Amino acid sequence: MNQKSDWNNISITVIKPRSGWQIIDFKELNEYRDMFFSMVTRQIKTLYAQTILGFSWAIFKPLIQIVVFTFIFGKVAKVSTEGIPYFLFSSVAIIPWTYMSQAMSESSESLVSGQGMLGKIYFPRLVFPLTPVFSRLVDFGFSILIILGILFYYRVLPTWNLLFFPLFLIMMMIIPAGIGLWLSTLAIRFRDVKHAMPFVLQMLIYSAPIVYSASSIPEKYRLLYSLNPIVGVIEGYRACLLGTPIPWIYIGPGIITAVILMISGAFYFRRMERIIVDVI
Amino acid sequence: MKWKFYSQYSEMTDKNIAIKVENLSKCYRIGLKDEMHDSIVKSLFSFIRSPIKNYRKHRSLYKFEDTEINSDSPDIIWALRDVSFNIKEGEIVGIIGINGAGKSTLLKILARITDPTHGQAVIRGKISSLLEVGTGFHPELTGRENVYLNGTILGMRKKELDRKFDEIVDFSGIEKFIDTPVKRYSSGMKVRLAFAVAAHLEPEILLIDEVLAVGDAEFQKKCLNKMEDVSRHGRTILFVSHNMPAVTRLCPRTILLKGGAVIADGPSHQIVSVYMNSERATKAERTWPNVAEAPGDEVVRLNAVRVRTEEGQVTEAVDIRKPIGIEMEYEVLQSGHMFMIYFHVINEDGLKVFTSMDNDHTWRKRPRPAGGYVSTTWIPGNLMSEGIFFVSFGIRTLNPHIPRLRAADAVAFQVIDSLDGDSARADFAGNLTGIVRPLLKWETQFNPKSVNTNVIGSREDTNSL
Repeated sequence: MNQKSDWNNISITVIKPRSGWQIIDFKELNEYRDMFFSMVTRQIKTLYAQTILGFSWAIFKPLIQIVVFTFIFGKVAKVSTEGIPYFLFSSVAIIPWTYMSQAMSESSESLVSGQGMLGKIYFPRLVFPLTPVFSRLVDFGFSILIILGILFYYRVLPTWNLLFFPLFLIMMMIIPAGIGLWLSTLAIRFRDVKHAMPFVLQMLIYSAPIVYSASSIPEKYRLLYSLNPIVGVIEGYRACLLGTPIPWIYIGPGIITAVILMISGAFYFRRMERIIVDVI
Repeated sequence: MKWKFYSQYSEMTDKNIAIKVENLSKCYRIGLKDEMHDSIVKSLFSFIRSPIKNYRKHRSLYKFEDTEINSDSPDIIWALRDVSFNIKEGEIVGIIGINGAGKSTLLKILARITDPTHGQAVIRGKISSLLEVGTGFHPELTGRENVYLNGTILGMRKKELDRKFDEIVDFSGIEKFIDTPVKRYSSGMKVRLAFAVAAHLEPEILLIDEVLAVGDAEFQKKCLNKMEDVSRHGRTILFVSHNMPAVTRLCPRTILLKGGAVIADGPSHQIVSVYMNSERATKAERTWPNVAEAPGDEVVRLNAVRVRTEEGQVTEAVDIRKPIGIEMEYEVLQSGHMFMIYFHVINEDGLKVFTSMDNDHTWRKRPRPAGGYVSTTWIPGNLMSEGIFFVSFGIRTLNPHIPRLRAADAVAFQVIDSLDGDSARADFAGNLTGIVRPLLKWETQFNPKSVNTNVIGSREDTNSL
């Protein structure tokens, strides 16, 4: 709807019906970066407003989950972890998973919960689903402290594998971004997303090697299994933090899926962007 | 007004046009009513089928391929239909119309919140829209944080906000609470802060919806004044409002929408008159051609009442400087009664401004013969204040005192005070309050020696009177 061009330094906006696929207007996104930044700040500042524990929640929630999982899967069910202490094994997985699940669910609800604002002012709608992807990083940063503590307790020394940390960090952000773009757009038409999300996230935790080890998957299903990008992130974090060899075979396919998810999500979002306000 | 259709590219050379709207249309699907089922089996069957039906229903909401401009599908509503107009740079244009006329839809399309279904609009210049104040305000954040949040949402840059921050806080008048969470603010304080941010937007084109409806009267005035300030800086403003005095004062030109189409476009006082004629139940003239339905009884009946100018023209919009004629036409059916004839003038707030009694010596305390009468009363110019006034009429007979007829709010007129400088508002452009607005004589004497050297200090707020 808006083709912008500069003509004698005067911006010209043409408003007309849009149809079909749209590419992302990066120039416009750049113009709105201050707004994006303040939306992310707003999320971060208000997340634990008026709580006693504040950002300690970012540590307590995954910590309690780690303890419970260690008890159930490590002590009671005795899940094989290739010799890694279960506490260590699950903590490096649960923390990125906590980030991804929270960012995913917030991102998919972002358009519906922000509908008041959508109807009142124009801004690149992409801001909404992408905000939680960045704001939840603060939580993630705090919960990394748990990992550091546990690594220290088990005397795990950093290896060169740690250099790959940024790669898995980016991959970890791309997943909720891609899924968020898809689901937030679907959610404006079908509120089913809101009801399905908690349930799907509960199931999704078992689709990746979070409570169990990836090596327990039969080899013939390995490719199919590793197409799930969450598998790659978890395996990647485990390897780069614990110093075990990096299992690219589990990670490679996931990277491709994650990128496809992100790009297709962005296109779908742009295509549907024009009807958001009318349908929501 | 006369303008040609330009091709899409040549309009770019049309240098002084800020907003060019061409055949803009917008339709919405409203969704049809669910069918009712009269048996358990039927409703059970429909329950099983409902996911598919729901899917189709949701999907159809944004499918407009089949919508031609004249299609009359029952679930389609045309919020805007073929709207075209041009707005020149620096022009201030009001958009009026009753609810559902398409005002907000038009604004939403120009603000790029929603897409048009057909047609296009070309906007030259940086545009900001204000459909609400305080968009994005979060109750848990402090005033300071919300200023930055709201400011960036409105399209300002952080640097710009850093520069204007003190000015914004100053304008809001809540310096003391700027680091308090907004949830502890009173609703008035919230609005003040939100408005302060909005008032510091510096776009070339500003779209404003009826955001002034919130906040206390004092602060509303301050904002209107700030807006007038903005408009004097050569900015283009599109102002949607129900507030007729504000529209006529701020906007030299007004566009009237009805049923999604432009039905009038021109000088505000004319358009307001058209609006009152077409949209309001009360007009400047009311006649009762059918005697049986006319107010009154067997003694006297009202035939017509009207508001007119000195030139004899019936008008809804009157210049504040000109006398206003209130005319009553009535028929006395029984001879021999003495009458007391009067009318009240009531303003928009329901306040009775005055009552006027027939004091014509020719007929006072004299029994009147049967027949037709026309009484005209002249309200002098430069007396009434700006705004809409309703007139109620009444007739009583004396000795004994019997009310014969009453016609409440029978006619209405609007007093317009334009900024020509020779009315009571002189050079003040803001919202001048007061029940009456007489043009009084001022005399100022000059003495080079100060009369009282102790007089210092100034008024803090020069914007509201």
